[in-house]
Amino acid sequence: MKLARQWRPLALIATLLLAWHIAITRQSVRLLPTPLEVARGIAELAERGLLLKYVVASLFRVTWGFATAAIIAIPAGLAIGWYRRSEMALNPLIQIFRPISPLAWIPISILWFGVGDVAAIFLIFLASLLPLTLTAMNAVGSINPVHINAGRNFGLSHAQLVYRVLYPAVIPQLIIGLRITLGVAWLVVVAAEMIAVNSGLGFLIVDARNAGNRYDLVVAGMVLIGLIGLLLDTGMRSFESIRSLRWGYSED
Amino acid sequence: MTLTHPSKWEQYFWPLAAGALFLATWHFSVRWSGSTIFPSPLDVEKGVAELLRKGLLGSYITDSLIRVGIGFSAAALLGIPIGLVLGWYPASAQVVNPVIQMLRPISPIAWIPLAIVWFGVGDAAAIYLIFLGAFFPIVVAAMNGVRNVPSMFRRAGRNFGLKPAQLLAKVVFPAALPQIIVGLRIALGIAWLVVVAAEMIAVDSGLGYLVIDARNSGKRYDLVVAAMLMIGLIGLGLDFGFRRLETIRSLRWGFRND
Amino acid sequence: MATQPVTAHASKALKTKLKASGINVVFRRDGQRTNVLEGIDLEVGEGEFLCLLGPSGCGKSTLLNAVAGFLSPTSGEVRIDGEVVSGPDPRRIFVFQERGVFPWLTVEGNIGFGLYNLPKDEQQRRIAHYVKLVGLQGFEKTYPQELSGGMKQRVEVARALAVNPDMMFLDEPFGALDSITRLIMRGELLRIWEAERKTIIFVTHDIEEAVQLADRVVVMSARPAKIQKVVEIDIPHPRDISSQRYLELRDGIFEEIGLAHKV
Repeated sequence: MKLARQWRPLALIATLLLAWHIAITRQSVRLLPTPLEVARGIAELAERGLLLKYVVASLFRVTWGFATAAIIAIPAGLAIGWYRRSEMALNPLIQIFRPISPLAWIPISILWFGVGDVAAIFLIFLASLLPLTLTAMNAVGSINPVHINAGRNFGLSHAQLVYRVLYPAVIPQLIIGLRITLGVAWLVVVAAEMIAVNSGLGFLIVDARNAGNRYDLVVAGMVLIGLIGLLLDTGMRSFESIRSLRWGYSED
Repeated sequence: MTLTHPSKWEQYFWPLAAGALFLATWHFSVRWSGSTIFPSPLDVEKGVAELLRKGLLGSYITDSLIRVGIGFSAAALLGIPIGLVLGWYPASAQVVNPVIQMLRPISPIAWIPLAIVWFGVGDAAAIYLIFLGAFFPIVVAAMNGVRNVPSMFRRAGRNFGLKPAQLLAKVVFPAALPQIIVGLRIALGIAWLVVVAAEMIAVDSGLGYLVIDARNSGKRYDLVVAAMLMIGLIGLGLDFGFRRLETIRSLRWGFRND
Repeated sequence: MATQPVTAHASKALKTKLKASGINVVFRRDGQRTNVLEGIDLEVGEGEFLCLLGPSGCGKSTLLNAVAGFLSPTSGEVRIDGEVVSGPDPRRIFVFQERGVFPWLTVEGNIGFGLYNLPKDEQQRRIAHYVKLVGLQGFEKTYPQELSGGMKQRVEVARALAVNPDMMFLDEPFGALDSITRLIMRGELLRIWEAERKTIIFVTHDIEEAVQLADRVVVMSARPAKIQKVVEIDIPHPRDISSQRYLELRDGIFEEIGLAHKV
């Protein structure tokens, strides 16, 4: 039976779900949930009003941390990329900080902000800050020098050069960087919530297990995390198809 | 982008100046705030020396590196062939891609409860998390590497009479290799982030564990920051080492030399 | 200006190597049909140097891909030595613009690429022969990245020759080179052709190039491409590009295409 193109991915997912279901039901001691139990778990969360509450809490933290980081990192990154000496000065420091997992900052962030929302938002801020700065720096570095020269040739002042050549030229790359970093922020919020706060999808995962081995809710949480992460990514991708920006993205 | 060209000595001067400024600001902020908990750079240095003396530094670093090594290697060994297949048969990619896109946004850390159910608390769970973190970037890089091989190369290969298996081995794989290596480097960076996080939760050795333990057993923030510094430096070292691969003569063509 | 499609028969003196009959190529994209090639009838003699000439985008590369077996025509067939062409084959090698050189292999590695079925010493011998033929001695262990455009093009030609094909198809091979290098490379190509006498089909949009190189020039019209005229270049090599006959033939083609030859 040849399945039409569009249905094949669904067929694969359906097969995987079925295999999952069978694998669980065949075990005598059932700790992990079947797909149906997960679905019921999601329904239960919705009923208890927790679904919306937790999703909103996670999104709230991501938005604040990510937005704050973007507002600081992008102008800073563009400036650092523009002035070569500043890049020379700051690059080593950036490279040393970059591999430090945001989670390693937990003790310090709790020390500074106590346990709670601010600490979690700070972690997301940290996780987003350096990648966005680097994106902006690289975007400046890849501007075609011909365009800069053309701008100068037409007598643009320094400020005009920045506004009419630099900004438009970097936007496509910035959008891609924002999308990727948003994905990272989403990964970190979940981890941060597992440790430092008491609401949100990450918290749900830890709490559901600790308060009664409710693995159906654990997996429900994971499913929701996956779905929302995917939606965020898809949403950001739609920016890349705005006609006036499409020049910055190669043909697929 | 600025017009004047910096001279040779400036390459060392500016970073050192920035570093010195950073350390000075840190030091004086701690002094000025009168904090007894938050460490100054000197405290951190003493902390590192202490760890060295106790022999913990070496063993923790080794533990973290071993976990990364195993998890990363498993991800590469599994991920590269799978990515190659997905890139080679676009139809298969179309089918599998939605599943990948759904699993990818789930932080490896969110898998911890499941990992503990399957593997118990300990190394295996941590390694599994590292594997998860590195797996998807590697698959995607291999898949895109194959897809981006210019059709001209494939045509030339077919023209010379290569069968599909030979084509894959002699043309497609070498052509895709630079992109695969970039994917591996990024995945290694991710693996290093995940190991630290995994160690904070699921095991009792390693740099991540040190970060949490130093705080919990005595608020030793000097050791916390010392551990963070080590994490940063080693992560940087791993990245550097990988970039050296990009300079091998037979691969250099695939990397932009800035 | 001829509106009827013209059949390009082979010169009487040569055995027919390639025969393309009634080639039509229609591309379908997003539900739209584009007629790229219409009613092409082409015969190429053995050992002949044939040029396909036309403006960019007119379909000559498509025709070349079709006769080389990389493209199935919508209708019509291609026969080489009487056999129907159904796919690419080492007996007829396609030469791209130096972009076809494999960047991860040295000059030696590239030239020896198609020789995998031969014993080691035979491979070495051939590689050495063709390195010398294209004038790249001393560069055997160099990577393409380190070579100029002209040198990369030579590597690709050597790679094609090394497997001793019957036919070579060259798709604007000198297009990416500067005009001085182009002149040198034309001379080199002719030298190699006279040494090895392969049947060559050469695609170009450069009228001068066609008249300098080819035995016959097949002038193709714009899309949908048909054969507009076949011009036989009866000047022996080496051709004097200021001789009267050369200029006559060249200007004739200019007019055929509808261009004035005064700027």
